[in-house]
Amino acid sequence: MIRAINRKLLRDLWHIRGQAIAIVLVIASGVAIFVMSLSTYSSLDLTSQTYFDRYRFGDVFAQLQRAPDSLVSRIREIPGVSQVQTRIVKEVTLDVPGLPEPATGRLISLPESNETTLNALFLRDGRFPEPYRRDEVLASEAFMVANNLNPGDFIGAVINGKKQELKIVGTVLSPEYIISLGGGAIIPDDRRFGVLWMDDESLSTVYDMDGAFNDVCMTLRREASLPETLQRLDLLLEPYGGFESYGRDDQLSYSFLSDELSQLKAMSKITPTIFLGVSAFLLNVVVSRIISTQREQIAMLKAFGYGNFHIVSHYLKLILSIAGLGILIGIGWGGALGISVTEMYGEFYKFPLIFFQLDFRVVVIGVVISLLFAVGGTFRTVLSAARLPPAEAMRPEPPAQFRATIVERLGLAAFLSASVRMILRQLERKPFKTALSAFGIALAVAVMVLGRFSIDAINYIMEHQFSIAQRQDITVNLVEESDYSAFHALRNLPGVMHAEPFRQLPVRLRYRTLEKELSLTGLEPDAELFRIMNADEKRVPLPPEGVLLSEKLAEILHIKPGEEIRVEVLDGRRQTTKLRVTGTVTDFSGTNAYLSIDASRSFLQEGPSISGAYLQVDEREMDNLYRQLKETPRVAGVTILKAARESFQKTVGENMLKMNVFNIMFGCIIAVGVVYNTARISLSERARELATLRVIGFTRAEVSTILLGELAIVTLVAIPLGLIIGYGFSAILSSALETDMYRIPLAFKPYSFGFSAVVVMVAALVSGLIVRRKVDHFDLISVLKSRD
Amino acid sequence: MSPLPHPEKPTPQKSVFHARGLTKTYDMGEVQVQALRGIDLELFEKEFVVLLGPSGSGKSTLLNILGGLDVPTSGTVHYLDQNLTAGNDAALTRFRREHVGFIFQFYNLIPSLTARENVSLVTEIALDPLTPEEALDIVGLKDRMDHFPSQLSGGEQQRVAIARAIAKRPEVLLCDEPTGALDVQTGMVVLDAIARVNRDLGTTTAVITHNQVISQMADRVISLSDGQISNIEHNTHKLSAAELNW
Ligand SMILES: Nc1ncnc2c1ncn2[C@@H]1O[C@H](COP(=O)(O)OP(=O)(O)O)[C@@H](O)[C@H]1O
Ligand SMILES: [Mg+2]
Repeated sequence: MIRAINRKLLRDLWHIRGQAIAIVLVIASGVAIFVMSLSTYSSLDLTSQTYFDRYRFGDVFAQLQRAPDSLVSRIREIPGVSQVQTRIVKEVTLDVPGLPEPATGRLISLPESNETTLNALFLRDGRFPEPYRRDEVLASEAFMVANNLNPGDFIGAVINGKKQELKIVGTVLSPEYIISLGGGAIIPDDRRFGVLWMDDESLSTVYDMDGAFNDVCMTLRREASLPETLQRLDLLLEPYGGFESYGRDDQLSYSFLSDELSQLKAMSKITPTIFLGVSAFLLNVVVSRIISTQREQIAMLKAFGYGNFHIVSHYLKLILSIAGLGILIGIGWGGALGISVTEMYGEFYKFPLIFFQLDFRVVVIGVVISLLFAVGGTFRTVLSAARLPPAEAMRPEPPAQFRATIVERLGLAAFLSASVRMILRQLERKPFKTALSAFGIALAVAVMVLGRFSIDAINYIMEHQFSIAQRQDITVNLVEESDYSAFHALRNLPGVMHAEPFRQLPVRLRYRTLEKELSLTGLEPDAELFRIMNADEKRVPLPPEGVLLSEKLAEILHIKPGEEIRVEVLDGRRQTTKLRVTGTVTDFSGTNAYLSIDASRSFLQEGPSISGAYLQVDEREMDNLYRQLKETPRVAGVTILKAARESFQKTVGENMLKMNVFNIMFGCIIAVGVVYNTARISLSERARELATLRVIGFTRAEVSTILLGELAIVTLVAIPLGLIIGYGFSAILSSALETDMYRIPLAFKPYSFGFSAVVVMVAALVSGLIVRRKVDHFDLISVLKSRD
Repeated sequence: MSPLPHPEKPTPQKSVFHARGLTKTYDMGEVQVQALRGIDLELFEKEFVVLLGPSGSGKSTLLNILGGLDVPTSGTVHYLDQNLTAGNDAALTRFRREHVGFIFQFYNLIPSLTARENVSLVTEIALDPLTPEEALDIVGLKDRMDHFPSQLSGGEQQRVAIARAIAKRPEVLLCDEPTGALDVQTGMVVLDAIARVNRDLGTTTAVITHNQVISQMADRVISLSDGQISNIEHNTHKLSAAELNW
C-alpha cells in the first residue's frame, strides 16, 4: 500500500512531469559528463599504468652520440637506479609498398630477452626475428595498420647509406610508442612514421656500433630522486655526446597521454559544475513554486498532525526523486559514453589491451555531488515550507506588489502598450529570479561556446601551422649536417620549385640558474616557406644576430627581450656563446628558438652547412621526386605536411564531429530546461491573470505575447552574457590545458558565437511554443474558479 | 446515512479546554494588531459551542490557539491536564495529531488525492482511527470515495473534510466557518453532519460563524467582539440543522 502522502508526491510529480523531465535531463547530462570523463580517465590511467608496469616502461631516457658498453656499469652505480637498458636507435628512410613518398622509420635494437628488458614489446601478430638476421624486423602496429601491412610483407629501407629489403616478421606494441610521433612532428602520422625493431647484433654491425650504444633507458627505485639521477646521468654521458636526459614527463608519447588525461580531468570539473548548478537553480524554482501553491495544503497537513520533519522529507523526496532519476540515467549514460570514448582513445593510442573501469568511487562522488547540488539548491526553500506557521498558511498569500518600472518612471510610459507594461513590470518585480533565469540561459550559450572552443582551436592551429606559417610541401632531413652542396643537390631534384635550407642544432640555453635543452633552428632571414608567425598571424622578422624565442620558452627561462642568453652546443663540439634575445614569438607547440642561419654559422665557426631543407614542389613531379628521395642515402627522413594534416584531420575530424553533436545536445538540454521551466512557472503563477485577460477579450496571441515576451527579453539579454561567460570558461580551460608542448589559442571563429546563439535561441523558441500550446488550450472556467 | 458506531447522549460536564488571560498581538512592523485582548474560556466535554462575532473580532485566532495551530502572546491554555502554552512545536504537533480534528472554510483538500486518499492522509498517522471508508460513510459519501476534489461539489468537498476530521476519532472538532463558502442548502447538510458527529460520537465541537442563525444549534454561544468575549449564552432548546430558519 502506498501511503496517501506518497501518492500525493507521485501525483505532484506527474503534474510537473514536463518540468521534471527537463531537470532530470540537465542532471543526467551533468552526471554523464562527469562519469564519462572520469571513467575514461580512470580507464586510460589503469590501462596505461598496467601496461607500463607489466612491460617495464622506463623512468629515465637519454640519447647520446656513441658510448662504449663499458659505461653501463657506471650508470648502474648511480644511486636509485634499478635497471638499465642500452640500445642503438637510428632514423632511416623507408620505402613502403603502396606509399609514393618516402616514410621515416626509427630502427631500434632488440634486446636479448624481451622477458626481462625495459620497454618490453607486446607481440600482436607474427614472431620475433631470428637471431643475427639482418633482414628481419618487427614493426609498430600503428604503422602496420595505417599502411595495410601484414607480417611477411617487405619494406625497403636505406640503412647506413645502403638500400635494403626488410621482412616484417611481427607486429608489436611498445610502451614507449603508445602514440608514435616522428622527430619534430606535433601530430601523429602513422603512414609515414613507423618504429622498427631489429636484432641487436645485426644493427650494431650495420652501423658500426659494435660494443657501443647511443640510447639509454632506465628504471628507478621508489626512493630515487629524479632530478638528482638525471644530473648524474648527464655528467656520465657528457663526454660521449650526451643530450640532456629526461624523465617520463618529457617522454613524447607519455606526455601526449598525460596531457590528454589532464584534459579529461579538467573537463570533469568545469562542465558538470555548470550542469549541476543549473539543475540546482531549476529545482529551486520548481520547488519554490510548488511550495507556494501548496501553502494551504502544508498548513492542513500540519493542522492534522504532520510534523516539520514530515513536511521537509515530503518535499525532499520530491527533489530526490527527480535528482535520483537524473543521477541514474546520468550514470548509465556516462558509463556508455565512457566505454565508447575509451574505445575512441583506444584507436588513437596503442595499448595491448584496454581495461574499461567504471570506478566505484567516481560513481559515489558523482552521486554525492549531484545530491549536494540538488539538496543544497533547494534546502532553504524546503525548510521555509516547514517553517510556515500553520495558522498563517491558511490565509492566502497577499497580492503581489507591483510598481511602475524604471522605463515608466523615466517618463516613457506613453510609448508602452499595456502588454509591454505588464511584461516589464513582471520582469522588474522579481529581479533576482529574472537574473537567475537569464544566467541559466546564458550558461546554455556558454556550454555551446565552450564546446566550440576546442574545435576552433584545433582548426586554428592546423590552419596557422600548416598553411600560414609553414608553406613547404616537403621537409627533408639529412642524416648529418652537410655543406651547401647537399642543399644544391636537393634544390635540383625533380619538381622542386623553391628550396630553403635550415640548420638544426641541439643546444642548452641558460639564463641565470634556469636552463632548457632544445633544438635551435637556423633559418634564412627572408624565408618564404617556413615563416615565423605570431598567433595574430603577423610575421616576426628574424634578426640578423641574436635569437627569437617562443613566448613559452622565455617564460620558462624568465628572460626578456634585450637580455643575453647563454647557448651551449651539445653535439660533440661544445662551443658556447652568448646571444641577445631580440624578441618572442607566440606559437602553439613546442619551445622553439630561431636564429638566422648565418648567425649560427658564425658562432659555430664553420662553413655554410645545413641539416635539411624545405621544398616547394610541383604537384606533377611529386612521384618522381619521392622515388629519388627514397634512393638518396643522405636523406634521413621526409615530412609531408599536407599528408600529416590530412591524416590527423581524418582521425580527429570524426571525433570532433561527434563532440559537436554532443555539445549541441547538451546546450539544448540546458536551454530547454531553463526556458521551459521558466515559462511553465510564469504560466502557473499568472494563469488567473492571463485567463482574465482572455475573458475580457484579449486574443490568444496577445496573451501568449505577454507570457512569452518576458522570456524573449530574458533570452535576448542572456545570449551576449552567455557568449562572454563561454569565452571566460574557454580561457580558463585553455590556461588549464597549457603545457610546454602545447598552447591552445582562444581563437574563436565568429561563426561559433553565432552558432551557439542560434542553437540556444531555437531551443528557447521551441520550449516557448510548447508552453504557448498550453495557453491556447486554457480551460478558462476552471482557471478562474480555482482558488489560487 | 448509516448508523454511527458509538451512540451516546452528550452531558457537558468535564472541562476539556481551559484558557486564561489569552492575548494575541500581531506585530506588523509599524502597527501592532491586537487580535485577542484577555480571553478566559472553558470548553466542556461533548458540548457544541458556536463562536460568534463580526469579521476581524479574533475568532479564528482563538480557535487556532485552542487547536494548537498558533500560540498566544500571553496567557495559558490547558487541554485536560496538558499545558499547551508550555509545549514546544513537537508537543503541539502531537497534540493536534492525537486529539484535534479541523474543518476549514475552504475545505483544504489535497487536489491530487481522491476523497478516500484525503482521509487516509490522516488515518495513516492516527492512533486508533476509523477506516477512511467508515468515515466517508458517516458523511454520506461512500459512493464518491474515489473521486477527486475537482469532481466534487463544494458541499461534498466539505463533507470529505469532515470525514477527514473525524476519521481519527478526535476528542475535539474545531470548525472555522465551515459553511462560509457554501449555499444555504449545502450548508445545512454540512452543519447537520457536524452536529451528528457531536451528538453521536460525543466530540467536543466548536464552530466559528458570523451567522446568527447557526448559533441556535449550539449548547452555548460565545460572542466575541474586538478580541474580547462580549457575551456567553446557554441554549435551552437546541435546534437541528433542518429546523434552522435561514
Ligand atoms: N497573521 C496575521 N498577521 C497580522 N494580523 C493578523 C493575522 N491574523 C489575524 N490578524 C488580525 O487579527 C485580527 C483578528 O483576526 P481573525 O482572528 O482572523 O478574525 P476573525 O476570524 O474573527 O475574522 C484581525 O484584525 C486580523 O487582521
Ligand atoms: Mg476568521
